[in-house]
Amino acid sequence: MSTERRKERIDRPIKAVTDDIFCLSSIREIAYLVIPRMLPVVGLLLLAFLVPPYWRKVMVITFVMGMMALSWDFMASCGLTSLGQALFFALGAYSAGAANHYLGLPIYLSIPLGTLIGAVISTACIYPTLGLRGIYFSVVTLIIPLMLMRVVETTGIFGGTEGITGLSPFPGIIVTIALSMIALWITFFGLRRLIDSDYGHIFVALKDNDRAVEASGLSIRWFKVQAIFIGSGICCFCGAFMTHYYMSIGMSAFAVDLSIFPIAASVVGGMGTLVGPLLGAIILGPLSEALRAFGSFRVVIYAALLGTFIVMLPEGLFPYLARKYQQIERWVEAPGGISED
Amino acid sequence: MLLSVLVYGFINSVILAMVALGFSITFGISRVANFSHGGFYILGGIFTWYGLIKLGMPYFLSAGLSIIIIGALGALMYKVILIRLRGLELSEVIATLSLGIVILELLRGLGVFGYEFRNPVFMDGSVDILGVGVGIQRIIIVCAGALLLILLHFFVHHTKMGLAFRGVAQQEHTALSVGINPDLVSMLSLAMGSVMCALSAVLILPLGVISVDEGYDILIKALAVCIIGGLESTLGVLVAAFIIGYIEVLTSMYISSALTSVVPLACMLGILLVRPSGIFGKSKEIEERV
Amino acid sequence: MEYLKIENLRKTFGGVVAVDNISFEVEQGALLGIIGPNGSGKTTTVNLITGFLTPDSGKVMFKGRDIAGLRASKITNLGIGRTFQMVKPFYRLPAFKNLVVPLFSPRVKRMGGHYGEKDTLALDILEDIGFERDSAVPYKPASILPHGYLKRLEMARVIALQSELIVFDELYSGLTLAEVASISPMIEKLIEAGKTIIMVEHRLKELFKIAHRVMVLDQGKKIAEGSPREIMKQPSVKKAYLGVEL
Ligand SMILES: Nc1ncnc2c1ncn2[C@@H]1O[C@H](COP(=O)(O)OP(=O)(O)OP(=O)(O)O)[C@@H](O)[C@H]1O
Ligand SMILES: [Mg+2]
Repeated sequence: MSTERRKERIDRPIKAVTDDIFCLSSIREIAYLVIPRMLPVVGLLLLAFLVPPYWRKVMVITFVMGMMALSWDFMASCGLTSLGQALFFALGAYSAGAANHYLGLPIYLSIPLGTLIGAVISTACIYPTLGLRGIYFSVVTLIIPLMLMRVVETTGIFGGTEGITGLSPFPGIIVTIALSMIALWITFFGLRRLIDSDYGHIFVALKDNDRAVEASGLSIRWFKVQAIFIGSGICCFCGAFMTHYYMSIGMSAFAVDLSIFPIAASVVGGMGTLVGPLLGAIILGPLSEALRAFGSFRVVIYAALLGTFIVMLPEGLFPYLARKYQQIERWVEAPGGISED
Repeated sequence: MLLSVLVYGFINSVILAMVALGFSITFGISRVANFSHGGFYILGGIFTWYGLIKLGMPYFLSAGLSIIIIGALGALMYKVILIRLRGLELSEVIATLSLGIVILELLRGLGVFGYEFRNPVFMDGSVDILGVGVGIQRIIIVCAGALLLILLHFFVHHTKMGLAFRGVAQQEHTALSVGINPDLVSMLSLAMGSVMCALSAVLILPLGVISVDEGYDILIKALAVCIIGGLESTLGVLVAAFIIGYIEVLTSMYISSALTSVVPLACMLGILLVRPSGIFGKSKEIEERV
Repeated sequence: MEYLKIENLRKTFGGVVAVDNISFEVEQGALLGIIGPNGSGKTTTVNLITGFLTPDSGKVMFKGRDIAGLRASKITNLGIGRTFQMVKPFYRLPAFKNLVVPLFSPRVKRMGGHYGEKDTLALDILEDIGFERDSAVPYKPASILPHGYLKRLEMARVIALQSELIVFDELYSGLTLAEVASISPMIEKLIEAGKTIIMVEHRLKELFKIAHRVMVLDQGKKIAEGSPREIMKQPSVKKAYLGVEL
């Protein structure tokens, strides 16, 4: 009789208690629950204001990318896996840029207006593809921004290849960083609340089985439009925000790296969890800044990371870490070997 | 003017069809959407260029070698990456897309742009067709395209292997139960798609320079054609290629060449509104309506 | 004016004629059974009536209005509910939250009738249909529920929608005798409550006990219609089912 070893995973006693009955009896248990939740909020808050000025810029970009990733993850959990988040970003950016440049609107009007107009145009752009599902939808969303980029390039609208420059800046880096962080947390908690609400269950249902949604008397097209409007609205805000941050807008807003980043962040962090994309963005944002010197190799690294994670750790970092946190793993003897099933 | 529209539209359509067929063959058989298509295309061109210019190989040798290498790359991609993701549509898409981007951006980082990167045409000179002067390279492309289509048709409909391909395309599990190895067939389908991709690169790239953006362009065009025609239908791809091909040429001749890039997009969105599964998409109608 | 009247309904898939000029009527409050061998076009007929497919030609008159070709959600909101042969729950949601989705539909809003918290309402409906309220079952994600419960969940959806015409597509398939015995009375109760029901079924014995009329399809064509007693005697029906002339 051979003895082999197998890995045993047991929930920590505290998790077993806190998962079902919300009754905490000691500081230790409270800390067990609260610390992992407080860590990112407090950590980011401190980081944002304590890091040296150069890294503040990185934080802003990271926060904005975090929002993009959240929006991707939200849309993906509604069954709308877009490969072209850049489309929304660019439409928001161009709307805000145009509002500021051509209409002369001040920044506190052009950003909200850009977000709104961008979201409306994005939804209209995606509307024809709503009859498609899964991969078909992905294919179309991938090519729309790339084609629009060509359109801007060849027709020269909105400054063509030059873009629009000289847009109004933010009042200061502290304002920028505070705004982006607030927006990030609003997006995160807002989406989480939405997904957990009864109304949000309809969006979840859209992915699980859209025919059953239709048989429930709800028009899936209408709910997909809502999901796209919300998802694209977030990205449009990011676009509008970043145009004013960079004080310019160009064709690069349509580029693939903006589509790839949110996917990479979500996949690295863990799709379908909302926390995952955030974690992913916090890892990838500074990383990409550190890699700035490598120019276009930066995108190579994202894409390679993305490919590696999807093959090697498809669940993503967050579920993996959460499991490690909440479970005790140990090797135990398995007398008689491991059974075949 | 009208004649040149006729001739150039035809050539443009054949080019589009060739580019799109590689994608649609793979998808039709194994349901893998190979988003690294654009990457493979440029890689095929660059390998040919490297063999020809840097290593001084004969043209057909370096072209043939690079086609084989790209085919092997496709198979390898299946064997190493995709086989672990079978059935997870989204993951497959992300994996192939990221590989494609890795290839293209790597090439960009290595400095692949400019006039230096240019494959010579097979044969100089031009021929008069319907009174329109057409470069020989373009004629070769059209002939090769036609030949490829005939071969493909013969392969799929009149060989045992083709039968196995169709079997897997229709019902993977049933195919498995009659002794066809779907993994092998899928791998071959990827190799085949990649070979077609590289072949079209070898034929078409001499018309211009090799650049990374061209890779994205090819991917866009291939996808647009496939979507308009219906992702898995060969006939659909042909029809769609001719629709877009002619509209593009018409637009550039009569309206403005700046607007040609709008054509595929407008066509695609328009078609999707009326027929979500494309013109000849095997309409899984239930899926289509909801 | 007939309640539901199908006229010359036809649907082809490529070369296959799945539904070939079928006409029939259903009176309000009746229970019509549709039977036929596999592939005879029963599910396709259901899909055509409920808007999941568009007919090539023909009419679906519901309360005097032609509803053929309307969107499925629209038809559902007009009061025609359906279940699916292949169960289609929302796997990531708990069983009772599966019912919260239909409770958002315009029809439920219009009909009123359901008051109160959506969760409580969903639990009430589930309890009526055989989910034990105090057990953990209604709170489990649909992905881990056994088949019998998923079939009930399908049924619960049309109840939540307060549909007046209900189309069950092979509700009994895959259920044990005991489960069928517990669901049959619920269907009778629906009839008593004034609902009209179309049941597509392979379990003839159970169907014939409750059906008022039965229609037989074979290869897309209607080959017989009548009371269960008449249908059982028809030689053409036996031929269609068994492939031999008796
Ligand atoms: N979406 C579709 N595309 C192509 N053919 C279809 C489609 N749906 C049904 N068919 C074909 O139409 C015919 C009727 O199918 P249908 O599902 O209506 O049969 P059914 O009577 O419900 O059979 P079962 O008892 O097995 O459920 C079959 O030959 C089937 O193959
Ligand atoms: Mg059926």
